[in-house]
Amino acid sequence: MAMVQKLQHNVTIKGTKDGLILLLDDKCSFEQLIEELYDKLTADSGQMLNGPVISVKVKAGNRYVTAEQEEKLREVLKEKENLILEKIESDVITKTEAEELRKDAQVITVSKIVRSGQVLEIQGDLLLIGDVNPGGTVMATGNIYILGALKGIAHCGSKGNEEAIIAASVMKPSQLRIAHHINRSPDTYPDLGNEMEFAYISKEEQQIRIDRISAVHRLRPMLNSLV
Amino acid sequence: MGEAIVITSGKGGVGKTTTSANLGTALALSGKKVVLVDTDIGLRNLDVLMGLENRIIYDLVDVAEERCKLNQALIKDKRFECLYLLPAAQTKDKSSIQPEQVKKIVQELKQDYDYVIIDCPAGIEQGFKNAVAGADKSIVVTNPEISSVRDADRIIGLLEQEEVEAPKLIVNRLRNHLAKSGDMLDVDEIVSVLSIELLGVVIDDENVIKAANKGEPVVMQPDSKASIAYRNIARRILGESVPLLSLEEEKGFFGKIKTLLGMK
Repeated sequence: MAMVQKLQHNVTIKGTKDGLILLLDDKCSFEQLIEELYDKLTADSGQMLNGPVISVKVKAGNRYVTAEQEEKLREVLKEKENLILEKIESDVITKTEAEELRKDAQVITVSKIVRSGQVLEIQGDLLLIGDVNPGGTVMATGNIYILGALKGIAHCGSKGNEEAIIAASVMKPSQLRIAHHINRSPDTYPDLGNEMEFAYISKEEQQIRIDRISAVHRLRPMLNSLV
Repeated sequence: MGEAIVITSGKGGVGKTTTSANLGTALALSGKKVVLVDTDIGLRNLDVLMGLENRIIYDLVDVAEERCKLNQALIKDKRFECLYLLPAAQTKDKSSIQPEQVKKIVQELKQDYDYVIIDCPAGIEQGFKNAVAGADKSIVVTNPEISSVRDADRIIGLLEQEEVEAPKLIVNRLRNHLAKSGDMLDVDEIVSVLSIELLGVVIDDENVIKAANKGEPVVMQPDSKASIAYRNIARRILGESVPLLSLEEEKGFFGKIKTLLGMK
């Protein structure tokens, strides 16, 4: 009996107004979890889980959920057609994932001229002290800051981050790319002042816009690491 | 089914790319559907001369390696509806593509276009082999200089081993007064050395440089000397028999201009 009682506590199903939360115990074995989840979903009391589509969030606590285990969780949840696994939250990540996160967050400083035909590709934010000549390309998974003239191609948020920006002292690119958006330059540049500018994706228009650098704190407040 | 013409020279800097851009534009001017193919991978220029650099997203290597469809890589010219450019890659090198791949692409382009103009890189190595692979006809560009003619001769020899029609010659950047005074090779001398059919003569014209810097081929200008020469060459390619400005006539023609300018 005590055994059964214990089992009952490994999986807790909580209902919120945004959907269901599955709290998984992080001490027992994963097989135990799956078994119990299956029992709970198919048991008579589980009938109340029928009805409209409900999103499910899984909280795994201090358990690392492998891709294989995630697949199993999805399989079990398929018992109820109205349940859709939205995401799995875990308090632990692997060393590799942590390393990736660290790399994505770093600012890499490069001091050189990126010439025609050269590609400078980095993970994280790029701080380039120098120019990007026509035909040259700079790429970063995060933001790109150029202390110099951008006359070639800059591609920020190369893994799909649409919040990324490209800032340059002299903004005369042949092409700007942010995540999957591409903009080409006008065929002639009007001779405006040498004001520093930055490019971002405007949420309303869903396309690349250029604005004065002084507008950056308003449009991308998350760039600020000084709280 | 269109035809593919490769523009080559052996030596660098004689005006292959300028000739490609201008002949392509001149053919488009006369209503033909034209695609320019830049095979100078790593040192591409044709896009810059056409003023289309900022439109490049995919290139020849992307098409060859099937990262994109051929149509996605083609860039429509900003002036003509019937003129397209297939740009070369800038970040790779000549060995990143094989002659068979170029041949396949050119074959595909010939289905949809009247003329496929292939801009060949300088040299006789891989890049040259790539450019020549899919071509039906060839044009050799030379300058009236001994080194350029020597390289043209070498290239003609190499072209004879390929499956292309006998090459035709364009003498580019002729300075008439130098040729007349005997300080520069004249057209007759060049033709007699190379012994191939002369397709046209383009004299040295500063408008070519001015136009190039604006990203607009010189044939767009109605009356510059180089522009007329390029348009005449295009008409000859189309099969019209435009009289070759023979040396005598040429003298007369320039003589008239010089008289007009008060230089004579």
